[in-house]
Amino acid sequence: MKSKIEWRGKMLKNLLELAVSIIFVLILGVSLTVAAGKVVIKGSTTVLPIAQAALETYMKAHPGVDISLSGGGSGEGIKALIDKSADIATSSREIKDKEVELAKSRGVNPVAHTVAIDALTPIVHPKNKVNGLTIDQLSQIYQGKIKNWEEVGGDDLQIVVVSRDSSSGTFETWGHLVLNNAKVTPRAQLQASSGAVVQAVSKNRYAISYVGIGYLNKSVKALTVNGVPATAKTALSKEYPIARPLYMYTNGQPAGEIAGFIKFVLSLAGQKLVAKEGFIPVTAEAKEKPSKKDKK
Amino acid sequence: MSRHLKETIIKGIFAVFAFASVLILALIVVFLFREGIPLFKGVSVIDFIFGMEWYPTYDPPSYGIWPLIVGSLIVTIFSCLLAVPLGVLSAVYVSEIAPASVKDIVKSIIELLAGLPSVVLGFFGMVVVAPFLQDTFDLPTGLNIVNCSIILAIMAIPTISSISEDALYAVPREFKEASYALGATKYETIAKVIVPAALSGISTAVILGMARAIGETMVGLMVAGGAAAIPESIFDSVRPMPASIAAEMGEAPFESGHYHALFATGIVLFLMTLIFNIIADYVSQKFKETGSATL
Repeated sequence: MKSKIEWRGKMLKNLLELAVSIIFVLILGVSLTVAAGKVVIKGSTTVLPIAQAALETYMKAHPGVDISLSGGGSGEGIKALIDKSADIATSSREIKDKEVELAKSRGVNPVAHTVAIDALTPIVHPKNKVNGLTIDQLSQIYQGKIKNWEEVGGDDLQIVVVSRDSSSGTFETWGHLVLNNAKVTPRAQLQASSGAVVQAVSKNRYAISYVGIGYLNKSVKALTVNGVPATAKTALSKEYPIARPLYMYTNGQPAGEIAGFIKFVLSLAGQKLVAKEGFIPVTAEAKEKPSKKDKK
Repeated sequence: MSRHLKETIIKGIFAVFAFASVLILALIVVFLFREGIPLFKGVSVIDFIFGMEWYPTYDPPSYGIWPLIVGSLIVTIFSCLLAVPLGVLSAVYVSEIAPASVKDIVKSIIELLAGLPSVVLGFFGMVVVAPFLQDTFDLPTGLNIVNCSIILAIMAIPTISSISEDALYAVPREFKEASYALGATKYETIAKVIVPAALSGISTAVILGMARAIGETMVGLMVAGGAAAIPESIFDSVRPMPASIAAEMGEAPFESGHYHALFATGIVLFLMTLIFNIIADYVSQKFKETGSATL
């Protein structure tokens, strides 16, 4: 009787050990695969098309690598990088000092990689007679001081100012480069995405708005700024005044698949995808001004 | 297992299910207040609610949501002006007048309307209603109060209609019979007996419809235009509170003033819908028709 119970106890113990070791192996296996092939990218909707095109090509070339991508905005991406729920944060603005502080306090060291140049273009309805505006005129229009197209050489129509939501990276760049941080008129309409901006302007001959040149299409007319049209060449030469770099942020210098992906985006093939999405590749800039990249 | 024990266990399980939603709501409220209250360390409640300027990303920022509150209220009121007659009258038609075959069709179509995702309605407002309004009235923009109110009304009609209909059904049969027995016509019976008897239910329906409209996010975001200013005409753009939260939350830096301000806006919105619900509850209790005299 006694031995039987003992035997039973032993078997139970063995079974338990087996179960524990199986669970342990499983956990190890899962965490290993996570470490090996899972990359999470989050952030700016402006950088979204670049990241999407790049990850599709990259995942085809590297089967087994799992890259997940979501938008939400530059701030959201950096937030995710700081709380370590994302490996790469895409951003259409430079990281803020406050965010760097918060990151440092949580042991995260954000490193910037410039992946493309975005030029913001003022857009109007194709039937609008106006072909170009100066930075000053744009600024006055957005502050609500110029209210009629007649004042800038168009028809006698009220100007409907369409803007992005105040916390998008696109809005921030526009506010910085065009308005010089003056307040946008509260009468400005708000659209939550660049796609919606194009949609709204294409249907409204009173409207003016702005998008990255990646979003330009035939349904809207792009205006010249200070007489300079927005093209890859004018943006790279800094002749075109409303251009900004687009970033991918990583925690420290990237390693493993994260490094592989960033490297791919900056490679010739990656930069071709950037151009294909309507943005301006950085390679030419990198050659011209190598010091800029070293700075960060 | 004894029958008594089984009984207790089953009771317990049901209690857990019932309290799950209570608990979830409580946690959401706690979270909402925890994230929203820190704003008031730097901004007074009065400045926040009655402030005229909403510039959350500037330095120094201004967090005044009065234009957003006005925007929310105005589209809610206008949408009710459209939705209440349509919703209540369709309920009267369905419950009192329509023959059985028509009734089934109309009823299921109204229910189908309730199932339409708000983003679809918003898109409809953006690409169909907006250009139509703009061309017809020669307006600078079609994304305005009128457009938003129309779309919100379409969303509120099913709520108002189905709850009103339930209220009309609940009117005791004897009331109707008594009315006819006194020689009243069908119209007189509906207008003077049935509708007054169901008034508390209809009021509840209207208030719940308003709560639906004020909390609607996608439509406000897509068709209201989004100008954070007090409107001067019904063809001006406005920015309802939920639209502001949805558009800006994604990019507001974590735990910044802007982030807390958006949660505080959420608190205001929550309190408003809470008030609507309390009023609805009060009205339905207070003016309940009780009892009916029969032989």
